[in-house]
Amino acid sequence: MMTNLTDLTLAQMRDGLRAKSFSAKELAETHIAAVEAARPLNAFLVETPEHALAAAAAADAALAADAALPLSGIPLGIKDLFCTKGVQTTAASKILDGFVPQYESTITGKLFADGAGMLGKLNLDQFAMGSSNETSAYGNVISPWRGQGNAALVPGGSSGGSSSAVAARLCAGATGTDTGGSIRQPAAFTGIAGIKPTYGRCSRWGTIAFASSLDQAGPMARDVRDCAILLKSMCGFDPKDSTSLDVAVPDFEAALSGDLRGKKVGIPREYRLDGMPAEIEALWQQGIGWLRDAGAETVDVSLPHTHYALPTYYIVAPAEASSNLARYDGVRYGLRETPPGGTLADMYEATRAAGFGPEVKRRIMIGTYVLSAGYYDAYYLQAQKVRTLIARDFDLAWQKCDVLLTPTAPSAAFAFGSKSDDPIAMYLNDVFTVPSSLAGLPAMSVPAGLDAGGLPLGLQVIGKALDEQGVLNASYALEQAAGFTAKPDRWW
Amino acid sequence: MSVDAATVKRIAHLARIKLEEHEVAPLERELNGILSWIEQLGEVDTDGVEPMTAVIPNKLRWREDVVTDGGYPEAVLANAPQGEFGFFAVPKVIE
Repeated sequence: MMTNLTDLTLAQMRDGLRAKSFSAKELAETHIAAVEAARPLNAFLVETPEHALAAAAAADAALAADAALPLSGIPLGIKDLFCTKGVQTTAASKILDGFVPQYESTITGKLFADGAGMLGKLNLDQFAMGSSNETSAYGNVISPWRGQGNAALVPGGSSGGSSSAVAARLCAGATGTDTGGSIRQPAAFTGIAGIKPTYGRCSRWGTIAFASSLDQAGPMARDVRDCAILLKSMCGFDPKDSTSLDVAVPDFEAALSGDLRGKKVGIPREYRLDGMPAEIEALWQQGIGWLRDAGAETVDVSLPHTHYALPTYYIVAPAEASSNLARYDGVRYGLRETPPGGTLADMYEATRAAGFGPEVKRRIMIGTYVLSAGYYDAYYLQAQKVRTLIARDFDLAWQKCDVLLTPTAPSAAFAFGSKSDDPIAMYLNDVFTVPSSLAGLPAMSVPAGLDAGGLPLGLQVIGKALDEQGVLNASYALEQAAGFTAKPDRWW
Repeated sequence: MSVDAATVKRIAHLARIKLEEHEVAPLERELNGILSWIEQLGEVDTDGVEPMTAVIPNKLRWREDVVTDGGYPEAVLANAPQGEFGFFAVPKVIE
């Protein structure tokens, strides 16, 4: 048997299972033990060893019959924003404490139908609102990476349980969701890969909604190939989601190629921020060189409305959230607080006051305000117009290039508490990821290097709508050139 | 535009979130910080620009108006804080 099954990539696990180098049962048991041993990371809200073992038993039977499915026997972590039938799903909020879905989200249903098992439900920022995993009602997720002086670091957010678990080798892959950068920023902070596909590629059905015009599921894994494998299983038309795209899903893994000859890579000049750490600028330049080495031509492009993307996002996303989160009223599921002698309205107000965390309340209130009579035109309508201009910037850039290369985040992972008192400082983490979210474009972060403190930094590739393949291929070229092999030392 | 304490209370009520008196001043400060930051959008010239309605062009689909799901009230009520006689129960609404 190999020395450490948890160090294998998902593709290596798949191939090892088919070669009978180990069984799915062994693979599941090793991962279940790793999850149990890593409880100090607080990455999992619920552990589901029985689910992983049942999938392993089915996988071993399928493997014996030469009838393996694409993900047979692969144990995954599932972000707790995906409803899982019979397994508590809370979005890391007290308002959904004890909620046990009676149905399976389309995404988890597709992964399980392809043979994957579930190790458990992964912690996240409450309702996916946050960039550091400090807003979970069930405690912070800790990154497996350590800062200067052994300082505990945030794993990024909102998919921080997913990034922490994949980086700590608790699972080879996990589901994430990305509304403004919630897959890509945590991936960059923890030295793993993650892709947000084109809006509409992955069904939103059964995924707890934050901002419906932005929310997209996507995979997080340790390399580009593993993301390609998971993405194929997750994508596909779903009649239950009205914005699901009825388009064929390519075999992303089969078409993976780091040969970029004939491709043009745009370098958006507005992503060069004042005060950006020199290391990030240097890594970006290195990435430009790597893509040229892979045969691509690089061109300067301009995305003139980039500066307005974050304020646009912080109108559109809270507005949609205030509407989506109206459903948490203490009537149909989750928490109910009834003040003695109180009316129905008192019950609503008390339930929502007790159930939502401070950041969620803040965003609901911003959203309520910008949608309220007299302010709708000045805020919401103006934001949706600026959003049109942001999307148009990308359309014009595509006349000059095939993909864009940018840093993923403006810094490496930071310490707990360093930004949590200042909402806008926290929001600035997503400065490079939000514009492509507003335009619905596919975008990926790949680990590309370490900063002076030994912490991972990521580069982001943004592509045209439905060109996940182009994004994966440019990312693959970066990954091959970067040769990123660093991993966190185990302290837990 | 900035919000005052009365506006904060009004927004909270619209959002059906009960606020304690001591929560009002900090929220007023935070909301004003965020609002003054997002107000920079006002400087963008959007004359003649259509507001975005769909990020990826996509026609909404039609289907026959038929029942395609349902028939399992137990599952629907399984997570209700209070479910009685096949209904969601709430505090008395009509006197």
